[in-house]
Amino acid sequence: MSSKIENSGIPSVEQIGSSLPSRERRNSGPYAVIECWQKIPCDPCVAACPFGYIAPMENINDLPQLDQDACTGCGNCIALCPGLAIFVIDETWGEPEQALIRIPHEFSPLPEKGQTVRALDREGKYVADAEVVRIQKSKSWTPVLHLAIPIKLIMDIRAIEPLPMRPE
Amino acid sequence: MIAEPEVLIIGGGPAGLAAAREAVKAGCSVVLLDDALTLGGQLVKQTHKFFGSEMEYAGVRGIKIPEILLKEILDAPNFEHHIRTTVSGYYEDGVVTAIRDEKEMVKFRPKKLIVATGALEKTIPFPNNDLPGVYGAGAVQTLMNVYGVVPGKRGLMVGAGNIGLIVSYQLMQAGMEVAAVVEGMDKVGGYWVHASKIARLGIPILTRHTILEAKGQDVVTGAVIAPIDENWRPIPGAETEIECDFICLAVGLSPLSDIFKLAECEMVYVPQLSGEVPYRTSEMQTTTEGIYVAGDAGGVEEASSAMIEGAIAGFAAAKALGKVIPDYESRRCILQDELERLRSGPVGEHIRGGLCQCSLEHKTEMN
Repeated sequence: MSSKIENSGIPSVEQIGSSLPSRERRNSGPYAVIECWQKIPCDPCVAACPFGYIAPMENINDLPQLDQDACTGCGNCIALCPGLAIFVIDETWGEPEQALIRIPHEFSPLPEKGQTVRALDREGKYVADAEVVRIQKSKSWTPVLHLAIPIKLIMDIRAIEPLPMRPE
Repeated sequence: MIAEPEVLIIGGGPAGLAAAREAVKAGCSVVLLDDALTLGGQLVKQTHKFFGSEMEYAGVRGIKIPEILLKEILDAPNFEHHIRTTVSGYYEDGVVTAIRDEKEMVKFRPKKLIVATGALEKTIPFPNNDLPGVYGAGAVQTLMNVYGVVPGKRGLMVGAGNIGLIVSYQLMQAGMEVAAVVEGMDKVGGYWVHASKIARLGIPILTRHTILEAKGQDVVTGAVIAPIDENWRPIPGAETEIECDFICLAVGLSPLSDIFKLAECEMVYVPQLSGEVPYRTSEMQTTTEGIYVAGDAGGVEEASSAMIEGAIAGFAAAKALGKVIPDYESRRCILQDELERLRSGPVGEHIRGGLCQCSLEHKTEMN
C-alpha cells in the first residue's frame, strides 16, 4: 500500500512523526497536532488560537507553525480548521495505558456520552474501541469528540466509524 | 419594454453576488439575473467550511455566504433581482434578452454588463455513460444538499479533484457508501486534507485508475475500473468490477462563455483555465467596452477568488459609470493584492500560468 499523502490521502510515517512535540511536552498535558502538509491558501487556524501560538503567516499559502511547547491544548482550533486537520492529544489523561484524543466528527447522529464507538486509523481501518468522554458542539457546526483510546494508538486513530442513520 | 439598469449582472453565484454588492453600494442601479430557484449559485450546496482568508469568509460554510453577501443590498432600492430567469441572447445594440419563469421574455439594455455565468460540469466517454445513475458530481451535490435526495446506496467517484473529494465526503455524511475514488492522474488533484478526510473513513483513493464502463441494463448496477499506464492506456487483464448503483463524474468544469462570444469579446483557449475565456484587464473588462467577466466564467478556479473578481468587476463598472468612489484606487489595490496572495502558492501555479495567457495588460506588453 502506497503511503504517500498525494496519492492516497494517507500521510507517510515521517510526516506523522514530525507533528509530535518533545517527550517532555507530551508528558506535561494536552497538545495540538496540526496535520497540514500542503501549501494551500488557508489561514483560519491563525485566528483560531486564542493565545496567538499559531504564528501569523507571511504568505497565506504557508504551512501553519504552532508553538507546541506553549500550546495549552484548549482545542479551539479543531472545529475551526476547514481541512479538519487538527487534533488534540492528552497522554496524561486517565490510566497509564490510556490517552484522550479530540477529533472533529461531522456525522449525524452523534454518539452519546459514555458510548463505545469503533475507532478508525488513517486508512479507515478499525483499530480499537473508544469511549466517548465528551461531545463538544461549536458555532462552526463541527462537533468535536473527546475519545478515550489506548495510548499506543495516539498517532493512528483519527476518526470513528459513523453511526448508522436513524430511519425517518 | 426594455429596462435600462446601469449594471446588469448575469449569474447570482459568488462572483455575481460580490459584483452586485459593490455596484449597489457604489450607488448604481443594478439588476441581477439567475436561472436557479435561489440566489447563491454553487454556494447553496457547499456544506464544507471555506478555505482562504477572512476577506473571503474562510472558516464559514459556503451555504452561509450568499446571505452574508446579500445582507447589505437585498433591501436596497437600487437593487433588483430575478430568479428563474435564463439569459437567452445578447444583441449588437447591447440588448440582453432573458426568459423569466419559463414563459415571459424580458429585455435589458444595461450601461455595463457583468457576466458571471460560472462553469459547466464536463463528462467523459465510456460505454453506458448514458445509463440512469451516471451523474455529474456537482449534480449529486445539488440533489443531496439542496433537495435532500440521495442518488443511491453505494457510489463510485470518478475524479480526485476537490469536487470529487468533497462530494465523496458529503455522500458519506448523507449515509451512503463510496466504493472508491478513481483518478487518472498519478496524484490527487484536490487538497490533501480533503483526501485525508475520506481516507480515514475508509474510502480508497485509486490514482492512475480509470472507469472503463458502467454496468447495468436499465440502471447502473456496477462499474468496471482498471489501472492505467503512463499513456493513459488501461492495463490489460487488470480490470475490477465494482458493485455500485450510481457513478459520479468529477472530471472538471468548463467556463460558460457563450455570452462573451455573442458580444464578440476576443477569446482565447487556456488549458489551465479549463476552456475558452475572454481576454480581460486587471479590472475584469473584456475587449468589448462595458462588458466585464468575473468568476469561473473567466476561467475555472474556486469561489474565494470568484468573490474577489466579482468585487473588482462591480467596483470597476461603478467607477466607469462615473460614480464617485473616493478610495477607489486603494480599495482596488487591496482586492488585487488579496487575489495575488490566494494564487501565490504552489496550488495556484496553474492559475497564474493560465491568467497571463488571457491578461490584456500582459498581451500589450508582449506586442
